[in-house]
Amino acid sequence: MIGKVIKYNLKNINTDLIIPARYLINSDKNFLAQHCMEDLDREFIKKVSEYNYSILVANSNFGCGSSREQAPLALKASGIKCIIAPSFARIFFRNSINIGLQIVELSNIDDIKIGDVLEIDLKIGIINNTTSLHHYTVKKQPVFLQEIISDGGLVNYTKKRLI
Amino acid sequence: MGLTITEKILRDHCQNKKAIAGDFIMADIDKCLANDITAPIAIDVFKKVTEDSKAEVFDSSRIILIPDHFTPNKDVASAAQCKILRDFATRHNITNYFEVGRGGIEHCLVPEQGLVKPGDVFIGADSHTCTYGALGAFATGVGSTDLGVAMALGKCWLKIPESIKFIYSGGLNEWVSGKDLILYTIGEIGVDGATYKAMEFTGDSIKSLPIEDRFTMCNMAIEAGGKSGIIEPDTITRSYLDSVKISNDSFYSSDKDAEYCDIIDFECANIEPQIALPHSPDNVKSISEVHGMKIELDQVVIGSCTNGRLTDLRNAAKILKNRKINKKLRCIIIPGTQNIYLKAMERGYIESFVNAGAIVSTPTCGPCLGGHMGVLAEGEKALSTTNRNFQGRMGHVNSEVFLSSPAVAAASAIKGYITSPENL
Ligand code: SF4
Repeated sequence: MIGKVIKYNLKNINTDLIIPARYLINSDKNFLAQHCMEDLDREFIKKVSEYNYSILVANSNFGCGSSREQAPLALKASGIKCIIAPSFARIFFRNSINIGLQIVELSNIDDIKIGDVLEIDLKIGIINNTTSLHHYTVKKQPVFLQEIISDGGLVNYTKKRLI
Repeated sequence: MGLTITEKILRDHCQNKKAIAGDFIMADIDKCLANDITAPIAIDVFKKVTEDSKAEVFDSSRIILIPDHFTPNKDVASAAQCKILRDFATRHNITNYFEVGRGGIEHCLVPEQGLVKPGDVFIGADSHTCTYGALGAFATGVGSTDLGVAMALGKCWLKIPESIKFIYSGGLNEWVSGKDLILYTIGEIGVDGATYKAMEFTGDSIKSLPIEDRFTMCNMAIEAGGKSGIIEPDTITRSYLDSVKISNDSFYSSDKDAEYCDIIDFECANIEPQIALPHSPDNVKSISEVHGMKIELDQVVIGSCTNGRLTDLRNAAKILKNRKINKKLRCIIIPGTQNIYLKAMERGYIESFVNAGAIVSTPTCGPCLGGHMGVLAEGEKALSTTNRNFQGRMGHVNSEVFLSSPAVAAASAIKGYITSPENL
């Protein structure tokens, strides 16, 4: 995939910041997207659509806190296709995989700037920054997780392989 | 090489009889749980997976649905969410659906109803499902998609976690509880100190720790990023199981030569009551330090899946009895379940609370997640016995939440600022 970066260089961005609990009374993903990240950045959703950002870069322990799947769902519905961070909280990680949202663990994000265009190929574990011309190698995902992602999420994976 | 309690339980719940930490497995689950926030999406997923409007759930007695977050319904939208659960429960004869008035906060209710036992693999679409590790079960939080698939197949993909062993030694100081031990632990290792790991709590201090304090400790494993918290079952577990009428269980334990990715020792003599300051559960300081800061409060909340059990209310009642809540603040007390509420009434705790000037709410998550029943205004400060003090967690994004044990919360409700029961 290829996409443009929006970046928040903060650690421990939690699920209450990604989608505050006050909006969990409604599980429509477009409603959730309208409020995504608003306690961190009121302009998030506007920026994402105006500048066509699709890769979210953040610092470590991204998505900590609640199990609410509304968090990755809201990000996905807002137009984000991939999240890059040095580490992720585990329920957020599995929820993203389960809904087919790409997650990439990259230990050094310092070098990636807002607006950079990245080309990501997880099969070979390489990210090309076509703006700065830097390359980063990332850990390859275990085959099991690659299969879920390439099936488009756990629902399709389950239908294809387990039923 | 030996195995940890977590490896043994998970190995016994999958096909791969050689699975160890690091392996991905398709686990057979004993029970699965969802609430009014996570079940609506899970039910949607269930329908997508089964694709057949007549399809049945894998086992109607092993699915637990508990509307507890925005209940009693705070508005029309939350009423609609709860209706989805209720209709699904009726359609599929879900025996463990707990209607408002006959239930309570999920993680207080599930053990009380005897729905989890040692050796179980229990998944819940709620991050604090890790609470049940206190009984020697493998219990972990998952998402709604996981739960939807589990309701259809009774299976869940898991990576068997590595374990960190925490060894607590020595007797606890006065006013120190399980809450203080876990806050101290999170303060030491950080909010991502146990990410993807099972936190195994051991040592002579844990061996003599009451079951309710064990629930509190395992409840907050997630606040250190842990996949689960777990305590080997023992005689204290046994008598709790007897009280909830469970006899068929398997007591697993870790081998002496089990492999841990880390072993961390704590001397309980060094641990005072602890406070987590805004806006992170690892921003922890000792009460003597915080007392000196004279932090004035607008609200005190005693309750939640962390500290809404009978012992918690007893500890609060001991302090609040024949005293008055400071006139500058509101004190909200929430029993975790209807049973706890009744027992608290029988023992006179509720009377002490009301006489002191506190409000006693029906069991609900309510203020814990800034839902209802005590939301904070801009700039307000609350001391709460809950588990998370993220920015905006309890209301306005510029409000502040401090975390403590029920005893410290009750003492602070009287004084008006954060202080130790010693100073009353
Ligand atoms: S009491 Fe709070 S932490 Fe516990 S389940 Fe309810 S909202 Fe979650």
